[in-house]
Amino acid sequence: MIEISRITKSFNDKEVLSDISATFEKGKTNLIIGSSGTGKSVLLKCIVGLLKPDTGDVLYNGRNFTDSDKEIQTDIRREMGMLFQGSALFDSMTVEQNVMFPLNILTKMKPAEKLERVNFCLERVGLENVNKRMPSEISGGMKKRVGIARSIVNKPNYLFCDEPNSGLDPQTSILIDDLIKEITVENDITTVVVTHDMNSVMEIGDKVMFMYKGKKLWEGSNQNITDTDVKELNDFVFANRMMQQIK
Amino acid sequence: MQNFGKFLIFIGQLFVRRETFVTYVRLTLNECINVGYNSLFIVSIVSLFMGAVTTIQTAFNLVSPLIPAPVISLVVRDMTILELAPTIIAIIYAGKVGSNIAGELGTMRITEQIDALEVMGINATSYLVLPKIIASVMMYPMLVILSGFLTIWGGYITSLLTGVMTGTDYIIGIRMEFIPFNVAFALIKAVVFAFLIASISAFKGFYTSGGALEVGQSSTAAVVSSCIAVLLADYLLAQLLLG
Repeated sequence: MIEISRITKSFNDKEVLSDISATFEKGKTNLIIGSSGTGKSVLLKCIVGLLKPDTGDVLYNGRNFTDSDKEIQTDIRREMGMLFQGSALFDSMTVEQNVMFPLNILTKMKPAEKLERVNFCLERVGLENVNKRMPSEISGGMKKRVGIARSIVNKPNYLFCDEPNSGLDPQTSILIDDLIKEITVENDITTVVVTHDMNSVMEIGDKVMFMYKGKKLWEGSNQNITDTDVKELNDFVFANRMMQQIK
Repeated sequence: MQNFGKFLIFIGQLFVRRETFVTYVRLTLNECINVGYNSLFIVSIVSLFMGAVTTIQTAFNLVSPLIPAPVISLVVRDMTILELAPTIIAIIYAGKVGSNIAGELGTMRITEQIDALEVMGINATSYLVLPKIIASVMMYPMLVILSGFLTIWGGYITSLLTGVMTGTDYIIGIRMEFIPFNVAFALIKAVVFAFLIASISAFKGFYTSGGALEVGQSSTAAVVSSCIAVLLADYLLAQLLLG
């Protein structure tokens, strides 16, 4: 479980996050949603420690991450996996080397064990016979899946996904969403997904937090997201015509 | 001053939360190929022509029956060892290796590859930059030695081809009044320049923000800053060790 309490963050006197508190539960896909520029990605970076919040705390299973020294932060980080918006695969490495990278650095597994684990993870995300390909030789959807494989290869307790569907076609988006959901349940991990894709919300949003102009405006699940009185959320949820017709 | 302070913190980060020794050995060997082996061609070409041009120009300026011919190669030798090989090649090195380091790290920054390393609990500064600096400090002195040899050899070939002096006179001049400390001085300069170029370029690349345009700007800034730092260090070292 991840708890964040009273997180604020400003850049050049412009407040990007304002007093945000939330709890992300284990075994569930926790979604942070909102329009572009509302501070979702900044919040995620504060949670994983890529940015330091001005005030507030981030707790991983009760362990304070924000105020800990670098050594403790490193220990907690080694329990994390993260899928980046652009996949962030290492250009100079093959798919296999990319997925094996965390094992090479963070574990003392034997080469055969590492290869077995890599192949298992690649198979789990539906990729076979791509081990020796370079990231530049595979499609955007495949890159995302390699990114997921890399993020789960070290059996993390916490999985973070920043806009996992950006730039993908609807079918591949659903496939990625399903994969994230399945991995979360299978491994009983805490997953936090930043997205503005309503399909993802409806498909995998066990717990949904809506952000608007740096503030948390609403929290609930995909079951009750359509029955809210919050105007900003309604504007976001029913922004496209299909959703308006459903309403 | 703010940038200088940030640079010092950046250098300090290289030595904390390091990975295993074996990891650094592997990465450093790869970087040695990138910064050293891949620079051989340009260093060789520049050095040969530098030697050729220096010989012809020195001969052109020392036309006097009072000056013996071997003085020409003596001047070429001392210019090469004291300045041309360590400093001029450092400018070439900054253009090739410095821009490459800044471009590579800048691209890794904007494509979130550095963030990915940090999230894995890896000290990205140490993991990415330290091997580049070590490789640079190891390989650049070797490039300087090669450059010195090729520059002097280029001068020798030119003197034979153009007839500005005989080969025997050239060899006599090369051996005349040789001060071994000059070679040590050149190698000290090489180590300092290599460190400056690699670290400044890495610093510029590592803190790139934005997109492709900014990566290009970082590469340019890396070369400009490295060249200025090299020239400043050149003056300071000359003053300290020869003054």
